Amino acid sequence: MKHVIVIGGGIAGMQCASELLRHGVAVTIIEKDKDLGGKIRNWHKLFPTFTPADEVLAEMRHRLKVSSNLTVKTNCEATKITAKRVTLSSGEELKCDATVIATGFTLFDAKIKEEYGYGIYDNVITSADLEQMFNENNVRLKQGGTPRRIAILHCVGSRDEKVCQRHCSKVCCVTGVKQAMELKEMFPTADVFNFYMDIRMFGPGYEEMYREAQTKHNVHFVRGRISEVSPTIDNRLQIKAEDTLTGRPLKIGVDMLVLLIGMKANDLNQTLVEECNLQAQPSGFMRAKDSFLHNVESNVGGVFYAGAVTAPKNVGESINEGTSAAHAVVEWLEKR
Amino acid sequence: MKRSSWTDYQKDIADDNYYYARSCIRQNFFPGSEKVFLDIIGKDLGRNIFDDPLHTSCTGIGYHSDVVPLETIMAVVARQFALMSEAGYENFTSSCITSFGIYTELLATWEEFPETEERTRENLFKATGREFKKPKNLAHTSDVIFHHREEIARKAKRKLVNAYTGEPLKVVEHIGCHYAKIFPKKGVGGSEFPYVLAGMVESWGGEVVDYPERRHCCGFGFRNYLVQANRGYSIANSHKKLESMAPYKPDFIVCNCPGCSMFLDKWQYTIAEMEGTTYGQNGAGIPVLTYEEMAGLVLGYDPWELGMQMHQVDVEPLLDKMGVEYDPAAKYLGKNGKYLSRPERALVNSCSQETLYKIKQ
Repeated sequence: MKHVIVIGGGIAGMQCASELLRHGVAVTIIEKDKDLGGKIRNWHKLFPTFTPADEVLAEMRHRLKVSSNLTVKTNCEATKITAKRVTLSSGEELKCDATVIATGFTLFDAKIKEEYGYGIYDNVITSADLEQMFNENNVRLKQGGTPRRIAILHCVGSRDEKVCQRHCSKVCCVTGVKQAMELKEMFPTADVFNFYMDIRMFGPGYEEMYREAQTKHNVHFVRGRISEVSPTIDNRLQIKAEDTLTGRPLKIGVDMLVLLIGMKANDLNQTLVEECNLQAQPSGFMRAKDSFLHNVESNVGGVFYAGAVTAPKNVGESINEGTSAAHAVVEWLEKR
Repeated sequence: MKRSSWTDYQKDIADDNYYYARSCIRQNFFPGSEKVFLDIIGKDLGRNIFDDPLHTSCTGIGYHSDVVPLETIMAVVARQFALMSEAGYENFTSSCITSFGIYTELLATWEEFPETEERTRENLFKATGREFKKPKNLAHTSDVIFHHREEIARKAKRKLVNAYTGEPLKVVEHIGCHYAKIFPKKGVGGSEFPYVLAGMVESWGGEVVDYPERRHCCGFGFRNYLVQANRGYSIANSHKKLESMAPYKPDFIVCNCPGCSMFLDKWQYTIAEMEGTTYGQNGAGIPVLTYEEMAGLVLGYDPWELGMQMHQVDVEPLLDKMGVEYDPAAKYLGKNGKYLSRPERALVNSCSQETLYKIKQ
């Protein structure tokens, strides 16, 4: 029986593994966290349908359970990857017939954008923190009480040359719309502002969500970047921005600021380039062999990619890519 | 405030052997500050510092006002470095924020565009016959005080504490745009949450006030002030800051930049005269100190030796709060004890020494 190692147990890796198992291939998943699921484990609901992330994850886990040819190694990292061998951080070496890298992305560290005060002012949070709050049903101000006015800032660590993240993270716009709608449902009388550069509603149902956020939920959209955040004497946050549609500077006080942090290339990618002869793009994301016909293959035969390791992707795209990668692996194994 | 980020912006600050470059504004408006800086470094801390009579203005104000070309200022700065080398020093410390920004900018320019450094060397040699070495260490004088802040705390005669209540004094610290907004990594704490003055305040027992317009420019802005028609922009900036900080009831403002000290102090007078608005808790102005004056008070210097009588806003309420002993009648006496006469009383002034002076006279 052929054996494939999937590095990364997020949704792309899980889907890839389940497809490989379905094709009679033995699979080992290497996951650095204590459990499979990746970043979706900390997410509350998924756009555009508001499907609970738990439901998707439960189905993914169910798909994996049907086979006994699966080995899962958690709390474990791969340090060197070739088509035939994977070295783990413990020093253990695993042999295989092919590898799939599904290590995903790293969330941008909002502290780098110091002007927004993340980690300094209590009620400046990230989109990931907000999902956690939704999950715990505990969206509250640090000092207690509920927010009456909330600002959501798009493109934190995306499309930003100053922090060397020139790419668009793709899913933040729709996440901002989704989170604004969830906040309005939770706090109907609150004012929710989205500060954006462009609204990029690329997926099915996204544009409709954007419209619904405005017409049904009365979410405000302001085209402009926030330049700085400061504390006020009554423990609120003062935001300075420019409304680029009216061409005027703007200064408002809010109770909470949500930073929509982008996807940056996985911190591991540099190691992949230096140690494994794999190629990365200027953005740091891994470079597929070809953007159209071989977009789940790497420049090294027998090493494949799935999910956001090559570019920012949403949940559906990542799952699809897991399937595609599995099919490419099977095809590659059959030729040997 | 959780100041987690300032530790990311540390800089090397020389411990000893400084070549000192004075500031045009500070030596005219706050001459006591430069004197006390030299005394603190030389006498209190026992370090070596050289105050070179040969050095000149860096011409930064002219440069930022578009009357001094880039090549000229490069040659002037090169001459300062040449004087430093000739005097046998490697650590350059500048009293002025504008100059510090200039030195930082030109060193970075020479690094990025080596041909400009080459041309500067040629120009300097042709004009003066001098050659220069770049400083091994460049620091603003506030960096130097920051570097020695714990030693100063150990030698402190007084703390930044309210002598009546025992509470820390509330201090607004203003950094000055050219300290770290141009090159964040060259300033202690970076540009968003600079720590150079906050570190001094905290080490000496005070509490820093974080207020909404903390990062905002004081309004000096060179052309904002130098062009008379633009002065409305200048005062509007100071006004914005003062309005923003007033609800926090600060005991005093401490400034990094000579220009900021001047404007935040003197525009209070102008605003009071124009609008009748004052920002101090006592109905007068908020005292504005240089960091050298703050360090001097902590080390027990006499306020009039520090030159605090040069301020527009009276400092006596602060001195009383700190428990500083001083002679009110000596405020306007010259070095030889001669009465220099006093400024006209204004809305921002809280003290009336008319009787005392009449007695002296």
